[in-house]
Amino acid sequence: MDIFSLDFEPFILSFKLASLTTVILFFIALPLSWWLSQTKCRCKPFIEAVTSLPIVLPPSVLGFYILYALSYNSLIGAFFEDTFGIKLVFNFTGLVIASCFYSFPFMVQPLQSGFETVNKNVLEASYIAGKSKFQTLLHVAMPNIKPAILTAVIVTFAHTVGEFGVVLMIGGSIDGETKVASVAIYEFVEIMDYDMAHIYSAIMLGISFIVLLSVYLFNAHHKKRIGIS
Amino acid sequence: MINIDIQKKLHGAIDDMNLHVKLNIKEHSFVALTGKSGSGKTTLLRILAGLEDASGEIKVGSKIWLDNSNSLAVQKRDIGFVFQDYALFENMSVEKNLLYVSKDIDLAKHLLNLTELSQLKDRLPSSLSGGQKQRVALCRALMKRPKLLLLDEPLSALDLQMRQKLQNEILSLHREFKLTTIMVSHEPSEIYRLAERVIVLQNAKIIQDASAKEVLLHTKGSQKFSFEGEIIDINQADILHVAVISIAQQIVEIVLDDEQSKQYKIGDKVSISTKAFSPMLCAL
Repeated sequence: MDIFSLDFEPFILSFKLASLTTVILFFIALPLSWWLSQTKCRCKPFIEAVTSLPIVLPPSVLGFYILYALSYNSLIGAFFEDTFGIKLVFNFTGLVIASCFYSFPFMVQPLQSGFETVNKNVLEASYIAGKSKFQTLLHVAMPNIKPAILTAVIVTFAHTVGEFGVVLMIGGSIDGETKVASVAIYEFVEIMDYDMAHIYSAIMLGISFIVLLSVYLFNAHHKKRIGIS
Repeated sequence: MINIDIQKKLHGAIDDMNLHVKLNIKEHSFVALTGKSGSGKTTLLRILAGLEDASGEIKVGSKIWLDNSNSLAVQKRDIGFVFQDYALFENMSVEKNLLYVSKDIDLAKHLLNLTELSQLKDRLPSSLSGGQKQRVALCRALMKRPKLLLLDEPLSALDLQMRQKLQNEILSLHREFKLTTIMVSHEPSEIYRLAERVIVLQNAKIIQDASAKEVLLHTKGSQKFSFEGEIIDINQADILHVAVISIAQQIVEIVLDDEQSKQYKIGDKVSISTKAFSPMLCAL
């Protein structure tokens, strides 16, 4: 089979979904993980447990709740459709929202543990220098946890590309709208087109490996540069 | 004048203590805070910096930093702080560590010149030695031209030679910038060289507040020498007993009579003094 005659749309859709989800989650998770790393609030374990739920919940449970919350039968779904004319399920918007829930812990946890490794005295030195918490986050904390930021971004991206259950429940399999690579592979297997399933799977495998390899290479390089190893 | 009258509950290693410190510190003076670990020295420094809460009052000149209703934010207090572990911004070069505090390039250049760091200004902190790192931290603390400089055991991680060099630098910066400096230290020679006043804390209370000479020189009456040490061994040699005593970094042997050998045991803290003899000094 000619590689150029392949339908790349599911891949493009997967990467578009993953990119959008990663960007949105980065800006949501950054302040939350910074706060979690610094706070002594008693509610911290409660918030940590809630943010980690998507790791342990079966995608079908998460998918069911999100589907229920976003459909026209719920207040949220009805509000968006009546006010803005936006449907939140079985389209790309719904996929992005669902992915944000599903991949949330993969962004928060590496960032939070990264921030927790920053020497408290260094942050205090920045406050003493007259800098606000926001300036300290931007100029001191973030540049010192580059490997953690990269890990968070890449893992979130890769995890979203690898989504299947939640995507299927919220988006179904609409060509060019919600049929991402993982769903396309599932459909090839279902109709027993193993050749195509092989090709699609191999492409996913290759891309995932290259992405992870570059993260580890970067982290090794960064540690060497700042003199950790 | 700095007026301090603060209280704070501390959770000590054994039980809770109530840190209660009432102090007046003259402007431009150099004060050393000393005492055993866990006596509240660092906490007092951190309260002055605004890094920890406390109740009471802190007044610096005419400005109120802390009273019962308000606490001035750490960012707004006129202080420089040097941490024991340097706490440099690892992602910034030496010069950028200074310029992050204030964009005053002339001041940064001047400070780097004074501390012989000009050649290293583009290096990252990870490539510097301990002494160089602590000098960068010292320069950084002065970039705000603070009124009050707080030093938390700044030289304890350095070797003796580097410590003496940095003591001189601290002293000349203290004078040049007309600072009021408060330094936590365990090192008697360092305290004696730098501080004109020594405050000793024990269990979160001030137990002594006097000049360095009064606090550190322990000779009484006609004693010529007096050292404090710890008995680390007692050996019997024929009819004599010999106690091995550790004094600072050195070990000495002292002969004990029979009665003394029964009176003391290993681990006892003792004072060793002599009266009538003339000491000889030899260059090393």
